[in-house]
Amino acid sequence: MISYIIRRLFAAVVLLFVISLITFFIFYVFPRLGGQTTESLASQFVGKTQDPNAIQGVIHRFGFDQSVWVQYGRYLKGIFFGYDYDNGTGLVHCPAPCLGYSFRTNTLVSTSIGQWLPVTLSLSLGAAVLWLIFGVAVGVASALKRGTWVDRAGMVTALIGVSLPVYFVGPLLALVFVVNWHIFPDPDYVKLFDDPVGWATHLILPWIAVAFGLAALYARLTRVGMLDTLNEDFIRTARAKGLPERTVIFKHALRAALTPIVTIFGMDLGFALGGVVLAEQVFNLPGIGREAVGAVGQSDLPVIIGVTIVASGFIVLANLVVDLLYGVVDPRVRLS
Amino acid sequence: MSNDFNPIVEDIALENTSPRSFLDVRDLRVHFPTDDGVVKSVDGITFALERGKTLGIVGESGSGKSVTSLALMGLHRTATDKKKQRGAQISGEIWLDGQDIVSASPEEVRRLRGQKLAMIFQDPLSAMHPFYTVGAQIIEAYRVHNNVSKDVARKRAIEMLELVGIPQPNTRVDDYPHQFSGGMRQRAMIAMALVCNPALLIADEPTTALDVTVQAQILDLMRDLQREFNSALIVITHDLGVVAELADDIMVMYGGKAVEYGRAHDVFKAPEHPYTWGLLASMPRLDRERADRLTPIQGNPPSLINVPSGCAFHPRCPYTAETGGRSSTEIPELAATTPGHLVRCHMDPARRREIFTEKIQGSL
Repeated sequence: MISYIIRRLFAAVVLLFVISLITFFIFYVFPRLGGQTTESLASQFVGKTQDPNAIQGVIHRFGFDQSVWVQYGRYLKGIFFGYDYDNGTGLVHCPAPCLGYSFRTNTLVSTSIGQWLPVTLSLSLGAAVLWLIFGVAVGVASALKRGTWVDRAGMVTALIGVSLPVYFVGPLLALVFVVNWHIFPDPDYVKLFDDPVGWATHLILPWIAVAFGLAALYARLTRVGMLDTLNEDFIRTARAKGLPERTVIFKHALRAALTPIVTIFGMDLGFALGGVVLAEQVFNLPGIGREAVGAVGQSDLPVIIGVTIVASGFIVLANLVVDLLYGVVDPRVRLS
Repeated sequence: MSNDFNPIVEDIALENTSPRSFLDVRDLRVHFPTDDGVVKSVDGITFALERGKTLGIVGESGSGKSVTSLALMGLHRTATDKKKQRGAQISGEIWLDGQDIVSASPEEVRRLRGQKLAMIFQDPLSAMHPFYTVGAQIIEAYRVHNNVSKDVARKRAIEMLELVGIPQPNTRVDDYPHQFSGGMRQRAMIAMALVCNPALLIADEPTTALDVTVQAQILDLMRDLQREFNSALIVITHDLGVVAELADDIMVMYGGKAVEYGRAHDVFKAPEHPYTWGLLASMPRLDRERADRLTPIQGNPPSLINVPSGCAFHPRCPYTAETGGRSSTEIPELAATTPGHLVRCHMDPARRREIFTEKIQGSL
């Protein structure tokens, strides 16, 4: 088991390395394939004057005069040992793990991500709790009351949920609950440790908006899983033992039906942690997703690469956790 | 209609079983309403069984044997919603030790399940929960009916595993079902069924999913345990070899009805229903010189929605000519041919015996 975890961790690191390599090449090499020259790349950073000396300075400071391998090597070195960036007015020390330096905002990428990450974490973890609880609850209720109005109401709601995008649900919620009824404050990020109640009330609408579609998906998956499981022989055995129906449903059926949900939940959560782009954009929350979109608009390459690596790190990590968790949940996987 | 039989004749089986037997099933019917019509899976069967005795219920797929066993266990989802008419409609009586299971409340039946009557299923791999250890599942079965601590129940589980012949029960108790071999799983299933010392054990195709070599071991085990616990045993199977090993009485089912019912010796040595002949002829025998081919029964099992008119077996029966056309118009009664041996056939009993001795016996 330990050696399995170590092997998986090693594989995860290799995977992240490959991801960083690919991302780096996409953003540093593709512009040149598209006809950009070293000068035209650098000229984006010198303002309207286009002073040749300034351009040369940028080329040198950014390392555009080096081969792409050297540039990538510098980037890697920054991640492991830190790097000193010359921003034109002096040296800026970027400690390891250094994800680069944004010459647009004159900040370290790791510092920026450190500011955006709590927002995304708050948003996605809160939403994850909601979508998991409500999705599974509605799915179980629908399966147990199959064919009744409970089932139909649950599944129609779920159909609506999967059909409506966040950028529709989000503004609708904001319009109804903030603008018209004044029940909740305008969605915003309040630091959890400063004001836990404010944190929750400001994020409740974004949570609902993100969770609605995923809860709908989980409700449908849970319902199908429960219906399948309830037809299993071991459920009949559980009843034949004389177990109360409650035990049969919640101990025997739900346990088996939830196993595949664990996998999907891990993936979805990993994906959400890498930036809930639409919800952050809709509710104007300064999370990783929204800032990454902003960085794309400004061609702020270090930020884009940094966010990509962090986001893929979450997904790789989520996959790893899911695989390990699966062994805990399903003993047949553990031993093979 | 097919239901207007004479119950007095059906009751012949009970002539010498009053006062009531330990298990006393009377005119049991399990019908499933569907959009295509009512599926009459079990359509009026009557039998009785004492503790320490074994009844074999034999028949093809769809003859109603498994539906019967689930009805005995009270495991059918019954039609509670009158509007929808979904689920099984069960009528008749199932008296177990003086209590009627059909009219009892679901909660009462639940309390009986596992404690007074227990069941062994066909495929022990799918019949055990894959995520819980064998021990945990046996412990759960014990604790639901016995108010004891986990430690006591665990000791009991280990004891039961030892009883059914699992080696090193102290450690194997913590294994998961997939870590057991097929035969061991079925042994564990038996341990789980017997953990509360039930008075009635129903085994639904207990050896079908097992290796032939393991089958004999499991049958031996079931016989030994039955003796030890003095329980009544119902073995449901399509394999006449299994009931030949175990059963005191045999009921042959066809199309939801009993077509032949009597002591095992009578049914095996002097069968009188053409369907029983067919079953016997299609059974592989290892103790005989190899015949050219097994003789299958022609045709397919009947639809349980549109049961053939008259005798349900008549479309497949080679002897319809012997009845002067009655077999396709009139439902035969289950009537005594000798005391305690009931046959549902229009043919004259003397003629049946003649056909059996002349044509059938030699080829078996």
